[in-house]
Amino acid sequence: MNKGASDLLRVEDLRVAIGSRENRVDVVKGVSFRIPKGKTVALVGESGSGKSIIAQTIMGILPDVAEVTGGSINFYDPLNGDQPVDIVKLSRDGKQMRQLRGGRISIIFQEPMTSLSPVHTVGNQIDEALLLHRDVSKKECRDLTEQMLALVGFPNPSRAYDMYSMELSGGLRQRAMIAMALVCNPALLIADEPTTALDVTVQAQVLAVLKDVQKKLGMSLLLITHDLGVVANMADEILVLYHGKLMEAGTLEDIFHYPEHPYLKALLAAVPRLEMQPGEKLVALREVTQPLPESFKERAAKRKHAPEDIILRVSNLSKSFESKKGSRLVSSEADRVIAVDNVSFSVRFGECFGLVGESGCGKTSLSKMVMRAITPSGGSIHFNEGTRDIDLASLSHRELFDIRKRIQMVFQDPFSSLSPRSTVLNILSEPMEIHGQGNRQWRMERARELMNMVGLSPTFLNRYPHSFSGGQRQRIGIARALALDPDLLICDEPVSALDVSVQAQILNLLIRLQKELNLTSIFISHNLAVVNYVADRVAVMRRGRIVEVAPGHVLFRDPIHPYTRNLLQSIPTTDLACPLALGNTDILSSSAQENWDEQFIPEGPGAEMEMMEVGKEHYVLVRPNCDTTRLVA
Amino acid sequence: MLKYIFLRFVAMIPTLAIASVLIFTIVELPPGDFFESYVAELEASGETVDPKKIEFLRTEYGFDKPVWQRYFQWVWGMFHGDFGYSFEYERPVSELIGSRLFLTMLLSFVTIIFTWVVAFPIGIYSATHKYSMGDYGFTFIGLLGLATPNFLLALVMMYFAKVWFGTSIGGLMDPQYINEPMSLAKFGSIMEHMVIPVIVIGTAGTAAMIRRIRANLLDELKKQYVITARAKGVPPVRAVLKYPFRMSLNFFIADIGNILPAIVSGAEVVAIVLSLETTGPLLISALQSQDMYLAGTFLMFLAVLTVIGVLISDIALVILDPRIRLQGKAQK
Repeated sequence: MNKGASDLLRVEDLRVAIGSRENRVDVVKGVSFRIPKGKTVALVGESGSGKSIIAQTIMGILPDVAEVTGGSINFYDPLNGDQPVDIVKLSRDGKQMRQLRGGRISIIFQEPMTSLSPVHTVGNQIDEALLLHRDVSKKECRDLTEQMLALVGFPNPSRAYDMYSMELSGGLRQRAMIAMALVCNPALLIADEPTTALDVTVQAQVLAVLKDVQKKLGMSLLLITHDLGVVANMADEILVLYHGKLMEAGTLEDIFHYPEHPYLKALLAAVPRLEMQPGEKLVALREVTQPLPESFKERAAKRKHAPEDIILRVSNLSKSFESKKGSRLVSSEADRVIAVDNVSFSVRFGECFGLVGESGCGKTSLSKMVMRAITPSGGSIHFNEGTRDIDLASLSHRELFDIRKRIQMVFQDPFSSLSPRSTVLNILSEPMEIHGQGNRQWRMERARELMNMVGLSPTFLNRYPHSFSGGQRQRIGIARALALDPDLLICDEPVSALDVSVQAQILNLLIRLQKELNLTSIFISHNLAVVNYVADRVAVMRRGRIVEVAPGHVLFRDPIHPYTRNLLQSIPTTDLACPLALGNTDILSSSAQENWDEQFIPEGPGAEMEMMEVGKEHYVLVRPNCDTTRLVA
Repeated sequence: MLKYIFLRFVAMIPTLAIASVLIFTIVELPPGDFFESYVAELEASGETVDPKKIEFLRTEYGFDKPVWQRYFQWVWGMFHGDFGYSFEYERPVSELIGSRLFLTMLLSFVTIIFTWVVAFPIGIYSATHKYSMGDYGFTFIGLLGLATPNFLLALVMMYFAKVWFGTSIGGLMDPQYINEPMSLAKFGSIMEHMVIPVIVIGTAGTAAMIRRIRANLLDELKKQYVITARAKGVPPVRAVLKYPFRMSLNFFIADIGNILPAIVSGAEVVAIVLSLETTGPLLISALQSQDMYLAGTFLMFLAVLTVIGVLISDIALVILDPRIRLQGKAQK
């Protein structure tokens, strides 16, 4: 039994159940695995597969409704002479468990926005962990905390110490969380979806930080994620969890090159990749393949246009928000925030126009202006309604009402975008009621057709949204958007809240519906691989401006703008042969412009920039009169 | 920050000016004045009044002048510490209120402390032990306290205090101490008499507060940062007090603004039932008899305290909650 010497943690036949005695549900059904010292083990699975519950069990922070019903978790602490301690047997809030928790085993969570207390300074929260687990004075405490903040990449640790979490960006908050977890030099760090809520470039930074400190501190890492790209770049060993059971376990190479279990194979096939060929299809675990109802076919046929016709032309569109500074009583100098800055693009009939960018780049503001949910500060939005050309930016509310039927939206969060108090029937027929279409009977019939169309049974119409899964809800959201039979569909991050397997299903559904209904769509996402999969042409946005527009395959193969290149470099892929350059310092300073060719940087503040054609339908934002031939070469 | 406080003070001026106009108008609004109701009262009891004397008093106190002139006289007087004259008590208003103010504030203060001491532990317990037997028990008692009218509770407690302990609990001290200088014995008597009013006045407030603490804390307990704290190894009790409890306090700080005027006005109806010498009954009788300067001064006093109370709670919120303090910067 001396095998324990090389393992830090051994989980044997772990079983966890949730609920009271009468209706108890097993969520972890006999899972066994080990975490070797100094290695990274990735735990992969869909939401609801029990991976977070396993993490919480190891930490002893299971919610009160959950209970360990069997098995053991032996922790071989090197500081404790490698003597095993069975965590399952410790009392959850007992002294011994509390000493392990945060001291020897730490955790970082998915949501950097909410996992720090907003009313305590970052330093105060990190100090707390130190003071609890180590015998240090206040002064030493501050020094250690600042050292740790420096280690995770805070440029000015002593200033960060006194800051509040709301003053930090998502990436910095996650780094503060990492600093808090690591400040006591734990033997094991559990990272529960540490980068899911972050942008790709920030994700690359955080992963680089994690890998770096892991090497420096020699700890083990249990990485919980559903992103196989992240796994490919971080893990030494992989565990695949499905419905509370371990499906497959092995080294990174084994799992990726020779997947055995059908679930894992399906999972790997469901991830959109950048190097996908045009026309190549993702394989969703459960495909939706219902035929289109007759009533929709009619209008779809009417929507036929020449492929070069333009449905939406946005020119010089801008939006700035005023945010007041200082006192509320006297309006002192108002701060103008430019969310969208002089953006022009056009969308053709029947195409899918992709819009990519990191959070805060203005892509959602842009889509809201096209919807006229917000009014632009300047510029025009010409929409071809079939018979006439309308400038959406200058329409009155009365005129907008009719146009709303033509443009509909699919939202990001399938959980908050459906009213929990309405039945699915109400949700689907409300748009038709508002626009006075048909009678009750007709709307009911229409709702049934819509449900069929998105692959849900019409018998679900009387249910409430809470009885559906995330993917099913998103399908209801799509059905709602299609209820009025629009011409233009705006999809704002429609799959970013979904699991990989469901994501493929929704993407395939959207592509199919678009083709069969002859829809035009604007697809907004921060995930470049997803955009590559669905979009015909792609625009990259940065700080309110479109920096590059090109047909998808051109953009992803030959990006010109340094920002686009940086974005592409930051995407973790499942291809083991091309890992992320996590040691590369370029990644750590993604937003910096220093290394850019000067043609991409405005000559001075407020200086003009122009979209120049560098190839067929390929435009890049550069200085006016720039010699584009040099850039292409 | 200093600029903020200064600007808030400046903003108080128009608020109070409007309040004073409103108060004066309302006090003036009923037809007639104090003398008319005074004469009517005397005639009802069969006495005669010399109309000349009444006429003299009217001119003396400026009741023959137009309303706006009297308003400015009143406001001008207040700036000089002259709050007018109470016709009913035939004493200056300042003297009348001053003598009762101390006892009122003492009673209210003790009541508020009582409310906090009882409500906080119970509220925290109820939230952390949601749907336990204890939570249900406290909820039941709390709702009972909320639903029972205070004056009824006062009568019931007065009855039982008399029957069981043989003490009369009317008033705020034993009769022999009234108008005596403060002494240890007098203070003891005040304390003894205070127990029942404090419980009576405090129950409804306590019950309401327990419910609010519970609701606010329940919202916060589910938040991610609580799990973060537990994951650090913070002991459970400290984890609750340092994070979610601290966050749930905002409503409580915002409430300070309402506490200040409540301290002075006291619980009027209960004070009448228990015949407490606080300011509450004074206000009610002044309004009934159209004793306009007494009533007006009183209402003005409440207005000032409300504005100051709101100011204090706003400043406290800015100091205590970085989210409010940094909002301007975070929106960048």
